[in-house]
Amino acid sequence: MIRTAWLILRKDLTVEVRSLEIAYTTLFFAISCVLFFAFALVKEGKAPEDGAAGILWIAIAFAGTLALGRTFERERQSETLRALLMAPSDRPAIYVGKLLGIIALLVGAELVLVPLVAFLFQAPLLGHPFWLAAILLSGTLGFASVGTLFSAMLVRARSRDVLLPVLLYPITVPVIIAGVRATAALLQPDVELAIVRFWVMLLLALDVVFLTLALWTFEPLMTD
Amino acid sequence: MPKWFTPAAIVCALMFAVSPFLIANAPYEATMGLVQKIFYYHLPSAWVFLLSAIICGIASARFLFGGSPRQDRLAHAAAELTVLFGAIVLVTGPLWARKAWGVWWQWDVRLTSSFMGWMVAWAYLLVRKYGGPGSDKLAAGLALFGMANVPFVYISVNYWRTIHPATSVVPTLPVDMGVALWFAVACFLLLFVLLLRMRVRLEEQRAKLDALYLSLDE
Amino acid sequence: MIDFTELTAEGVSRHFGRRRAISRISFQAHSGSILGLLGPNGAGKSTMLAMLATLLRPSEGHIRYGSHTSKQAGASLRSAIGILGHDLFLYPELTARENLVFFAALYGVADSHAAADAALTRAGLGDRGGDPVSSFSRGMRQRVALERALIHRPRLVLLDEPFTGLDDASAGALVARLRGLRGDGTIVVLATHDLDLAEGLLDHAMFLREGRAVENVARPDALRSTYRSIMGRAT
Repeated sequence: MIRTAWLILRKDLTVEVRSLEIAYTTLFFAISCVLFFAFALVKEGKAPEDGAAGILWIAIAFAGTLALGRTFERERQSETLRALLMAPSDRPAIYVGKLLGIIALLVGAELVLVPLVAFLFQAPLLGHPFWLAAILLSGTLGFASVGTLFSAMLVRARSRDVLLPVLLYPITVPVIIAGVRATAALLQPDVELAIVRFWVMLLLALDVVFLTLALWTFEPLMTD
Repeated sequence: MPKWFTPAAIVCALMFAVSPFLIANAPYEATMGLVQKIFYYHLPSAWVFLLSAIICGIASARFLFGGSPRQDRLAHAAAELTVLFGAIVLVTGPLWARKAWGVWWQWDVRLTSSFMGWMVAWAYLLVRKYGGPGSDKLAAGLALFGMANVPFVYISVNYWRTIHPATSVVPTLPVDMGVALWFAVACFLLLFVLLLRMRVRLEEQRAKLDALYLSLDE
Repeated sequence: MIDFTELTAEGVSRHFGRRRAISRISFQAHSGSILGLLGPNGAGKSTMLAMLATLLRPSEGHIRYGSHTSKQAGASLRSAIGILGHDLFLYPELTARENLVFFAALYGVADSHAAADAALTRAGLGDRGGDPVSSFSRGMRQRVALERALIHRPRLVLLDEPFTGLDDASAGALVARLRGLRGDGTIVVLATHDLDLAEGLLDHAMFLREGRAVENVARPDALRSTYRSIMGRAT
């Protein structure tokens, strides 16, 4: 199972490294998002309170949706997802392999977005790197766990491009709330770690529930 | 339609005709006066909305893991009723809030969580309509995640909201409004059962029609 | 690993909503034989192959691999099945060798690199192994796709329109390859509407029309005239 997931992850990374298409376009889109929001919300050179945290997470969510769509579009070409399902390994291993690929992509984007947002909005995001990493990782995992499942489900559906956000955004509302609130708490002049800890715990609980549910439902959802 | 349907429908209509009188005679609530009376329809709608969502979630799980088309029909019908009763909740809620506290929307935790649940039910219907073949399973998966999400939505919205302190607090369930309330609850529950039965029957008829077409093809 | 010597379909049907794609099809194929599914477009050949591949469940009837159905046999059954679909199942951004190594490893083949090299040689593409599949012609891609389907030495090989877009030389090579597989005891099920190429290759031919098996012929010859006479009949 782990071997299969690793094989798929390695294959995805190999394919991506060849052209870097998804990496570049997702990154560019995320940066454009940040700028868009900056122009929309910044007044007299200052973002609204907690604006930096919100903008960061919205950019991650939008860029993530784009990356999910593109990743599974690749599997739709030549119907390779079917070929993966035909392999004798446990099918949830396919889900895990894809999930790890998406997380790697999003973490890469976050590595650029965090300094960018900190720079543009004078937000001291890097003040507590350990906590920020915890928030970003648990939030990204939550978002990606649902996103990977839904994207895989939609590969053979009609209107898949528009249905992904329709399905994904209502379900990931708690992830966004927790992510933004925790990040905003980190940006306060006197940080209350208790608040941050609460949100991270909530995110971790959510990750466990969503991952378990996804692993459980992947096979019935992908087969006819 | 089963035998009990028409008599039940008549009873339901009569009950709804009677309920405004019961509501008018109920005691006035201390702070809000007449406006509070919208609660007699708002609360039962909320309960039916929740019940419908739970039925949709459970039927979806049974469909996904058991494959029974009956469960799929039930889930679809329940999702539609979730959207319907959710709409009633989301309209009566702000109407009450506007008159009672002067604002349409207060980010109250229950109303906001209901809004999110309503969005998921709506997304379910969109998937079924536009998803093409196989959309029944996709929608079932969505319903499962929606159900699993409920505690997280509630906790996160609740904690989030305390950061925006509100100038008013929605009262907790007042249990002393007695007769009018429980009568209204009975009305709404009966209406829900009738609508559910009717909607499931529509799907059953569609399935029978498909089976007839198939056997024609022999 | 699961192995079997017979593939049996018993009264298999499949419908989508109110449309019957496959209607009560039964047949049996033994190891070391080639079964052809012949019929016009939309006859249900691809649907039948998908069911044989366990990608689709029959609405009615059973498919048995040996004496077990796919549910009884479990996930390891898939290691005995190889499929070449119409869409080839290859990653265009990867090289031919990378595609073969990936799928070999996925199917648990012992030495994936050696197997991939051997497969490339068999396909006559030993010197093009390092080129991305997107740079290949249709015929070359087909050859790689066929090797991909066979790399784990499956007992059952399913081919959906494998002659599409092949030139004479490639088609001849494919026919020779299939004859070789038959000699090795593989069960080959081949869906095609290219009757000339199937001529002389099939041990059994099943003619499908609108999801129904109109005729099931052993050791068929003069396929084209048989086809015309069968299809010309009123249903």
